[in-house]
Amino acid sequence: MAQVTLNHVRKTYPNGHEAVQPCSVEIPDGELVVLVGPSGCGKSTLLRMIAGLEDITEGELRIGADVVNDKDPADRNIAMVFQNYALYPHMTVAKNMGYGLKNRGASKAEIEAKVQEAARILNLGDYLDRRPSQLSGGQRQRVAMGRAIVRDPELFLFDEPLSNLDAKLRNQMRIEIRSLQQRLGVTAVYVTHDQVEAMTMADRIIVLNAGRIEQIGTPTEIYEHPASTFVAGFMGAPPMNLLRADIAGGRLQLSSQTLLPVPAPQLATDSVLVGFRPEDVRLGGDGSAVLEVQIIEELGAVRLLHGHLGDQPFSVSIGKDEHATVGAQIITLPQDRVHFFHPDRGTRI
Amino acid sequence: MADLTQAGAVARPLTRPRKRIRWNRIVDHAVLITGSLFMVFPVFMVLTTISFEDVDIVQKGLQIGLEGRMAENFHDAMFEASGFTKTITGTRMLMNSLILGFGFAIGKIVISMMAAYAIVYFRLRFATFAFWIIFTTLLLPLEVRILPSYEAIQSLGLANTYTGLIVPLIASATGTFFFRQFFRSIPEELVEAARIDGAGPVKFFIDILVPLSRTMIAAIFIIMFVYGWNQYLWPTLITTDEGMFTLVRGIKQIVQVLSQTGAKIPEYGKALALSMIAMIPPVLIVIFFQSWFVKGLTESDK
Amino acid sequence: MKRAGFTTVWLPIALLLPQLMIIAIFFYWPAAWAVQSSFYLQDPFGFGSTFVGVENYTDLLGNVEYGKVARFTLIYTVLVTFFSLALALLLAVKADAVISGAKTYRTLLMWVYAIAPPVAGFIGLMFFDQRNGPLTQMFQAFGWDFRLGADYTSTATAMVVVAVWKQIPVNFIFFLSGLQSIPKSVREAALIDNRSATGRFWDVTFPLLAPTAFFLLIINITYALFDTFGIVDTLVRSEPGNNPVTLVYKVFVDGFRGNDLGGSSAQSVLLMLLVLVLTVFQFRLIERRIHYT
Repeated sequence: MAQVTLNHVRKTYPNGHEAVQPCSVEIPDGELVVLVGPSGCGKSTLLRMIAGLEDITEGELRIGADVVNDKDPADRNIAMVFQNYALYPHMTVAKNMGYGLKNRGASKAEIEAKVQEAARILNLGDYLDRRPSQLSGGQRQRVAMGRAIVRDPELFLFDEPLSNLDAKLRNQMRIEIRSLQQRLGVTAVYVTHDQVEAMTMADRIIVLNAGRIEQIGTPTEIYEHPASTFVAGFMGAPPMNLLRADIAGGRLQLSSQTLLPVPAPQLATDSVLVGFRPEDVRLGGDGSAVLEVQIIEELGAVRLLHGHLGDQPFSVSIGKDEHATVGAQIITLPQDRVHFFHPDRGTRI
Repeated sequence: MADLTQAGAVARPLTRPRKRIRWNRIVDHAVLITGSLFMVFPVFMVLTTISFEDVDIVQKGLQIGLEGRMAENFHDAMFEASGFTKTITGTRMLMNSLILGFGFAIGKIVISMMAAYAIVYFRLRFATFAFWIIFTTLLLPLEVRILPSYEAIQSLGLANTYTGLIVPLIASATGTFFFRQFFRSIPEELVEAARIDGAGPVKFFIDILVPLSRTMIAAIFIIMFVYGWNQYLWPTLITTDEGMFTLVRGIKQIVQVLSQTGAKIPEYGKALALSMIAMIPPVLIVIFFQSWFVKGLTESDK
Repeated sequence: MKRAGFTTVWLPIALLLPQLMIIAIFFYWPAAWAVQSSFYLQDPFGFGSTFVGVENYTDLLGNVEYGKVARFTLIYTVLVTFFSLALALLLAVKADAVISGAKTYRTLLMWVYAIAPPVAGFIGLMFFDQRNGPLTQMFQAFGWDFRLGADYTSTATAMVVVAVWKQIPVNFIFFLSGLQSIPKSVREAALIDNRSATGRFWDVTFPLLAPTAFFLLIINITYALFDTFGIVDTLVRSEPGNNPVTLVYKVFVDGFRGNDLGGSSAQSVLLMLLVLVLTVFQFRLIERRIHYT
């Protein structure tokens, strides 16, 4: 068990591409941190640098007290679960899990005991003699987990481990991984592009965009106080509505006809980006805001209304017991849960 | 709905519409049977001719039918000395062919697997350069540099040796290229997982890569064995000593002996039997390991 | 190179060494030697040589005999490539279409791959025998005075037939695997869009097979140029005389029988250039294929 410290860690490829801009993070012992972002944002590169599979161009990486920049992956006392599991296809499940221990010179009895223990935890007892090709996707995923557990690592690394599973299995494994990590109390870094996984599993989330950290925070912090329009748009489905409004005489103007019925902030700029979460908006009200509904999506538990406010796209999420029709619909915008962002830089104000 | 159809089927079992004759299918089969005959018939005719007396063959050429000389001709081909110096038997040539086939296939696989491993799995600046040096050899088949290669072997004193026969044939990149393609198709994460599991380059090669390549090795082995066995030009040049002749090299001798006009009746039966022995081992291997062989061959194209 | 390759330095060098050494001794040295001696005139009795510049090349290009061999090689290559590709494609399409017996057909159509070219040539020698070869008799029944080894066209025909027979299996294997790798959904879409089977073949199947065909085109040209040496040598009974021969065969004859070292080397170098052009062409095609898939 260990805390992980990244100190101005940076990755530049020989062709000059800067995959990860200098970033500093401290991951406390026992925490599960999720790196989330769109593809190509550098999250996998960051993880692979922690694993030692990728050289660190600049900066310092510590696992526990030791600087591990120049250590081989095998010497970092980590375990990694890969997206495609990377199981050795010619080895049985037991051999797959025990291979790392064998290379460390563990005794046969010790390997056997640890593999049995991992198999018990993961319900793989009946499959130890099978080859990966004889297992289902979910079982392979578990074997990959088992291979990580038997090593007793100080740090778990997960590289999109659930993205090859179907939706139902993914939900189930999400919970399993989380509870396992909490039970073992091992620090974990988890990479995903799926914001639901990030929200549900993380102690803390690191949102990355174009090789840069956009925000670090607990899921609630990230959701309630997104640091930028990027984070606001990335976390949450459907994403936050972002409206561009002019500030004129202390009021927010969407277009020449439409006013936004929320108080304007005090700003040096003459326009601003105003954000509302779709579920914070209510139906009905005094008629000061009218949503032109074009499409209604039924999701069972909720209902999504997609349309325009002024002439800017806007979505509202309503409960299944509320009713709405296509066409003009009076809505009420929340007065307290309003997010303001800088019109050019996109940073939170 | 289900009930209805079932009832109907039971009610009129005899009035089912007559099965349509599918002319397309018949044409397909006709074409395939013609093609198969075109491939098989010539060898079949050679085989049946072996059962005839030499006199008959000289007079009437290839025959269809079964006479009594089959076993005798094969026996003579295997065990009776022939050639100009009357020192070489079919058995000896068979052995030489096997040595060439196995020696070439094994040598090629070992050397090219090592080279491909070095090129694909190591961060070596020199690797790209080495790859190009090796790859360039694909450009020049042995046939176009035959004379200088012969001179090289002569000056190294390797004429009429197995080394001289086998090693120069290995000097091309086909195998390396093969394995390089295959290694590159193995998921990247496997070597990463192995590194985290503490496997160094040697361990990874022996524990993971070689077992993973088993089918590929088998496929390449078959292709290379057939290639080596069937070599003609190089053995013709490099082996002047009849004791070093392979079966395929022996064909040249057969043709020349048969072409000589002399008082003796040319031993056609024995010659045809020898040519049959020359094709049996590679043909059997290709037929029995068909799926591996096809996989190996077509995979090289990716 | 893999993203996360090993960083050891001495091991890969040791692994590469055997291959590099063999290549240096049996490839680069001979090739350089050929280039060098193509600029020299060798004394016929082996006493030294004189530098003659490009004379060997100019001699070659002005040589009527060489022109004749080159012309034959070209026609021969075109015929062998065309017929072995066309027949193999026909057979592969049919073998892909049938369900019953597919495996048997596959085996029957590909096993000839394993037969050595000179063995195939020897079988051809029997079939085209001047006195009693079955095919000779057949041609004669049709009024063609077929004489292997004596008549230029006859010998050339025999060479083409045997070379095609020997090459069909390889093409068949590649075409069949190409056909089988066409996704089922694409075939089904074509089935819905086009009623005519011939139309479907030319509009959908053949274009998807084109990459395989391009690849095979190069393979077949190389085959006809180089790998048919054994067939040619057997069918002319190692006595070229007035018989048609290919360029590679002439390199061999001039170098080993004629002792014309310089001329033979110059021919080798010209062939090397030809292969070089073919290979560059092949690379361009491979690059195009990447866009294709």
